[in-house]
Amino acid sequence: MNLSVTTIEIFLPVLGALVVWLAPMPRAWIGAFATLVAMLEVYVWISTLGRFDFSNSDLQLTQQTSWFSDLHVSYHVGQYAFSVWLVGLTTVVTACCIAYGWWVGRERARAYFGLMLFLLGAVVGVFTAQDLILFYAFFEAMLIPLYILVGVWGGPGRLGATLKFVVYTVAGSLLMLAAIVVYGLQQGTFDLTQMGASNNDWIFLGFAVAFAVKAPLFPFHGWLPDAYREAPPEVAALLSGVISKVAAYGFLRIAIAKFPGPTQDFRVPILVLASIGLVYGSLLAFRSPDIRGVIAYSSLAQMGLITLGLFAGNNLGSTGAVLQMVNHGLISGALFLMAGMIERRASTGELALLGGFARGRPALATTLMTTGVIALAVPLSSAFAGEFLILAGVFQQGWAWAVIGAGSIVLGAMYVLRLISAVLHDRVGSAVSEAAMDLRDAELGMVVPLIGCLLMLSASPNLISGHAFGGSLAFAATTTPSSAWLPGVGIPCNDAQQKYEIAHPNPGKSGTTVLPCTDGAQLRVVVSSSSGGAGKTVSFSWRPS
Amino acid sequence: MITKPHVDWFALSPSLALLAAAGTLLMVAVLVPKRIRKPASAIVCGAGFVASLVFAILLDDKSPHGSAIIADAMFRDRWAATAQAIIAACGVVAVFISYGERWREEHVGEYYALLAAAGGGMIFFVSASNLMTLFLGLEWFSISLYIMCAIDIDLVGSLEAGLKYLIIGAVGSATLLFGSALVYGATGQLAFDKIGASPVSSHSGLLVAGLAMILAGLAFKVSAAPFHMWTPDAYQGAPTPVTAFMSSATKVAGLVVAYRILVTAFPHDQRLWTWGIAVIACASLAVGNIAALTQRNVKRMLAYSSVSHAGFMLIPIAAANALGGRALLYYLIPYCAMSLGAFAVVAARERELGEPVTLDNLSGFGWERPFFGIAMWTFMLGFLGFPLTGGFIGKFYAFAAAYQHGWWWLIVAGVLGTMVSAVYYLGVIRAMYMREAVEYRLAPAGGSPPRELMLGIAVSGCLVVTVGSFFAVTPLIDVARSAANALPF
Repeated sequence: MNLSVTTIEIFLPVLGALVVWLAPMPRAWIGAFATLVAMLEVYVWISTLGRFDFSNSDLQLTQQTSWFSDLHVSYHVGQYAFSVWLVGLTTVVTACCIAYGWWVGRERARAYFGLMLFLLGAVVGVFTAQDLILFYAFFEAMLIPLYILVGVWGGPGRLGATLKFVVYTVAGSLLMLAAIVVYGLQQGTFDLTQMGASNNDWIFLGFAVAFAVKAPLFPFHGWLPDAYREAPPEVAALLSGVISKVAAYGFLRIAIAKFPGPTQDFRVPILVLASIGLVYGSLLAFRSPDIRGVIAYSSLAQMGLITLGLFAGNNLGSTGAVLQMVNHGLISGALFLMAGMIERRASTGELALLGGFARGRPALATTLMTTGVIALAVPLSSAFAGEFLILAGVFQQGWAWAVIGAGSIVLGAMYVLRLISAVLHDRVGSAVSEAAMDLRDAELGMVVPLIGCLLMLSASPNLISGHAFGGSLAFAATTTPSSAWLPGVGIPCNDAQQKYEIAHPNPGKSGTTVLPCTDGAQLRVVVSSSSGGAGKTVSFSWRPS
Repeated sequence: MITKPHVDWFALSPSLALLAAAGTLLMVAVLVPKRIRKPASAIVCGAGFVASLVFAILLDDKSPHGSAIIADAMFRDRWAATAQAIIAACGVVAVFISYGERWREEHVGEYYALLAAAGGGMIFFVSASNLMTLFLGLEWFSISLYIMCAIDIDLVGSLEAGLKYLIIGAVGSATLLFGSALVYGATGQLAFDKIGASPVSSHSGLLVAGLAMILAGLAFKVSAAPFHMWTPDAYQGAPTPVTAFMSSATKVAGLVVAYRILVTAFPHDQRLWTWGIAVIACASLAVGNIAALTQRNVKRMLAYSSVSHAGFMLIPIAAANALGGRALLYYLIPYCAMSLGAFAVVAARERELGEPVTLDNLSGFGWERPFFGIAMWTFMLGFLGFPLTGGFIGKFYAFAAAYQHGWWWLIVAGVLGTMVSAVYYLGVIRAMYMREAVEYRLAPAGGSPPRELMLGIAVSGCLVVTVGSFFAVTPLIDVARSAANALPF
């Protein structure tokens, strides 16, 4: 059997996890081994970049094997251009987090590193699954390691934090399971590439709530502050950097792509909630008393911004959202890791007790400052590019959304600058002793790759924005309402990737055919039989397929 | 002159193997010297269940076309044979779990004899095709179970459990018998298919009352709400291996027979009983899940969880379609594995501590005994319907069946129940891994706990089935499909 590279990306870390759990290995080696596996995963991802055809908007690097046939469920994985970037984000951030875990020497190493690697495999699985049941399986499989990682290695309030986190997420994902069952049985298949659009509001809401909880979006963010504060820093980095992107990906790949009608209907409410989350999160981040609180609430705000982009309903917004997903993943990953490093030095994350870290600690000051400056979206930074695209996209829905979005960038600058000044500058805090060291080489080794990626994206945001949807609008095209039958004598073919479903032109006849567009030309229906004037163009009903 | 019907001994063989084992075990209890009585009894009982399992599988293979045998008293078809195989497999695991239990030596032979007899009774029960054999099978395994609940007279609550189960179980049996009498009175028929074919059907008050009472009687056995009152006490008080066997095999027997009798004997009243079952299912989901939330005793919590699962597995029955039959049989396989496995882990902890297992004294268990910890973790996630366990696929099929019946609200009920259950299933994981063990008194005097090879084997087997049924869906579903084809949908 030929293994697709996507399958390898999913199961390499899972295999690594099994080795960590089962193979007899000296305790000291486990962290090194896990880091090695994670770096190997990054290497595999880099190798896919060369193989992936970014000019093509189709699913690539696919693999399909039947799982249970009576309900048409299969193991089907593959990647779109934007999935490639999200998988890349996952592998890079997780590798840094695993390295962090190794550096701080987490106890119960066998369980810890196994779970981290398993989590990596599950997240890659979510980003690449093309079958709804498989998607759900990976989506839930993610929760198991997270639950244990927060619950065992977390801070003093971890029990309450995990309980909230799990109850929220399980509630959301069970709604999604119900939605999947109904949607899949209606369509007769669970294969995402074959499932048609649906107009059922309830199914859409089932998916939307699950993703809104996972992201989280206002008002489903109740679990967020506790989980992000109590989790170990590297797990918080994963939660806010990677896991929240799973939700945004779910919106893009399932909720928006498969439910054009409901997306249209619920666009305004969702945009309103996203805007509230954006402003409210920014304000809370500004008032938050500790480092992790600032990053946690800024995460809420950023997910609101990404959602604005996703529900802008046009290619600008979606592209900006994908770019911003990667940006925010890298930024919050780096920030949470640095928060962990600072907490290790000061034994606290309280901003009131911190300050003056910059003096004599140039490496820490530089890295935190660089990440912060990118996070507040100064022009020329990658976050600026992402936010600009999102605002430009959402502007087409109404200028008010763009105004709210732009206003929140100012708020973003406020909370990031407050964080930087409270940690690095200001007077020397009571928890900061002279003996607190600058970042060590190993710590730089975890943070610098993330910042390097950010700088690279700042230099050339087009790396992602130009290569997220295969250079065409094909993916976004499915966001136009596809349900209504439109009358016409010819379909304007602007987009060579689009196919159209055409009803039989004779009034008495039923049945439809799906025709692809030929580039540039109009799609017409011509009478072929000799009886009624062959070659004559007739009118017909059509809709995008 | 009375003509003797032709007896299909092969169709009876799964049941007969266990009867033979039970008979032999009674001899073992008397004749075999005391010091080897325990291994000898376990081996004979295990051999009986294995033989029964093999016969059931052969029977399944050799009976592609269902037929009524022995003067229409029994069915020989794949629906029954598949259920028999599941029950026999549960019995095998139960023997492994029972082995390390500190029975009073003089009872060990009798215990295994009763276990084999109960298994034989259930296997007889699932192939019943008329009201007489139905009741016969029911009493056969019930009486064995009553005694098994009360067998460990040293255990606090064991006698109480047996007595409660006896009294309430007797009410259930009586209800079922009364219902059978009413159905017979209305139709003049005993065989299920003839009741279904009788012209009186559907509008007779007598028949409907009989149907309701038969349903109630079966609901007592599968511990569906509101007929579940005995469950927590009996499950908590009975010796843990007995609880494990009751919670798995009894459910298989009760649910499989319920589905068969409803679709075969009462096809005309389908509208009525689908609603009835759906209401019972919702009630069980509500009662089981909500009551389990506040339990500290793990066995009692699992008892309420089994009430909620009874509700869950009634969903495919309420769907009354071929997909539902498939869903039920498929779901029973991982469910039995999870249930047996969870009680086996509880038994392991109980034997370590020498006292009832609660959420408090479970703390630290996951780190002390990594294998049992991971296993318990898997079983809890399986109950919760998480992927990587067969519980997920089972729930998925149950929902699919309900959707095919057009009852999306039943899906919502299942989803709500599962949401609530997340709190207490994850509570077990929390207790095992996330609390510091030092806060509690843990090890009893006497050093480290003995290694229990038999228990380990039982748990590994359950673990393999729980996880394996997630990956090997197609073969299991094929078996369930060919079994469900035996029912007239």
